[in-house]
Amino acid sequence: MATETTGTASACVGPDGSAIGMPQLCADWMPNQIFWLLIALIAIYFVLSRIALPRIATVLAERQGTITNDLAAAEDLKQKAVEAEEAYNKALADARAEAQEIIAKNKAEMQAELDKAIAKADAEIAAKAAESEKAIADIRASAVESVEAVAKDTAGSIVAAVGGQADDAAIAAAVDAQLKG
Amino acid sequence: MATEANGQSEGGLVFHPMDQFIVKPLFGDGAVGMFTFTNVALWLLLAVACVIALMVLGTSKRATVPTRVQSIAELAYGFVYKMVEDVTGKDAVKYFPYIFTLFMFIVFSNFLALIPTSFSPTSHIAVTAVLGFGVFIAVTALGFIKNGAGFLGLFWVSSAPLALRPILAVIELISYFVRPVSHSIRLAGNIMAGHAVLKVFAGFAAITAVAPLSILGITAIYALEVLVAFIQAYVFTILTCVYLKDALHPSH
Repeated sequence: MATETTGTASACVGPDGSAIGMPQLCADWMPNQIFWLLIALIAIYFVLSRIALPRIATVLAERQGTITNDLAAAEDLKQKAVEAEEAYNKALADARAEAQEIIAKNKAEMQAELDKAIAKADAEIAAKAAESEKAIADIRASAVESVEAVAKDTAGSIVAAVGGQADDAAIAAAVDAQLKG
Repeated sequence: MATEANGQSEGGLVFHPMDQFIVKPLFGDGAVGMFTFTNVALWLLLAVACVIALMVLGTSKRATVPTRVQSIAELAYGFVYKMVEDVTGKDAVKYFPYIFTLFMFIVFSNFLALIPTSFSPTSHIAVTAVLGFGVFIAVTALGFIKNGAGFLGLFWVSSAPLALRPILAVIELISYFVRPVSHSIRLAGNIMAGHAVLKVFAGFAAITAVAPLSILGITAIYALEVLVAFIQAYVFTILTCVYLKDALHPSH
């Protein structure tokens, strides 16, 4: 009667459908449990060892490979960046040296030109000074001559005014003697 | 006794904590024969289905950047693989599929058993004893195949004084044969006890006054059971690794 409601006919289930003692210890059920357990274990084992585990191992290996490759590529790029920086620094240093050179050259050229100009100016100044000196000397000479002439004329006029007969040669000699005197 | 079949609906304090472990045929009535499709079979096959779903369907894309399911599968793989490698040694990696099978089976059985009204195969000593003794027999056979009589060196503690060695040998021998018993009862006992306690708390929920407390208790025990479900699978697996290590390298 009660066993009909529970649907289990077993020594381990009471008439009210509840367990008698521990169902774990019911020997009637053990073959069934062991049978299905073995089925389950074998199924899991075959699925895992044939399909899942090789696949996961491959995926993990591939990922490791990808990571290694990427790291190597990154290392490579880093090396390239370092090289590029070195090239840049070198170019910078070269440019600086060249600029220095150009500056030095220009300076030298300018100095040379300047020296030349100064020399030319000096020469011009010297020529002008010499010319002036000569002019002054001429003026001085002509001035002395004029003084002589004026003195002779004046002496002649004075002699005539006093009433004497003036001899030009005597007057000139007298004036010369006075001028030297 | 007319209401015996649904005694719980009376609202009284009725405890049947062990009823959840009863093995029943799913189709038709009658006795449970060896090949009857029972609730045990159903939940074992569900565990198989879950393992396939995670480990095969979850990894079907073979993505280098894994999806969520695939990373769980890879996590499980790495977890057990590292355990085998660390505990047993690199030469034991060829036994990894067996150990991984055990781990996946136990972990999924345990977690499926946490679904309300489900059946917990790992709470049955018949199931865990097959697992435990299977490991024991395999490991012992492997020990003799790999090391011959040298495997008996496991029981001869060469680091102890000579006079003590026979006594230690007896103790070691006993402890060796107790291994499969403790190995299987640990798992079954933990799962069974947890589920029975849940049922007892659930029984108290019928009394209105203590129902909130009972539900709180169920929640707490359930959380503990989630932990236990994983830890027991872990413990079973790591002990298998330790036993395997003894078989491969019997010297102390």
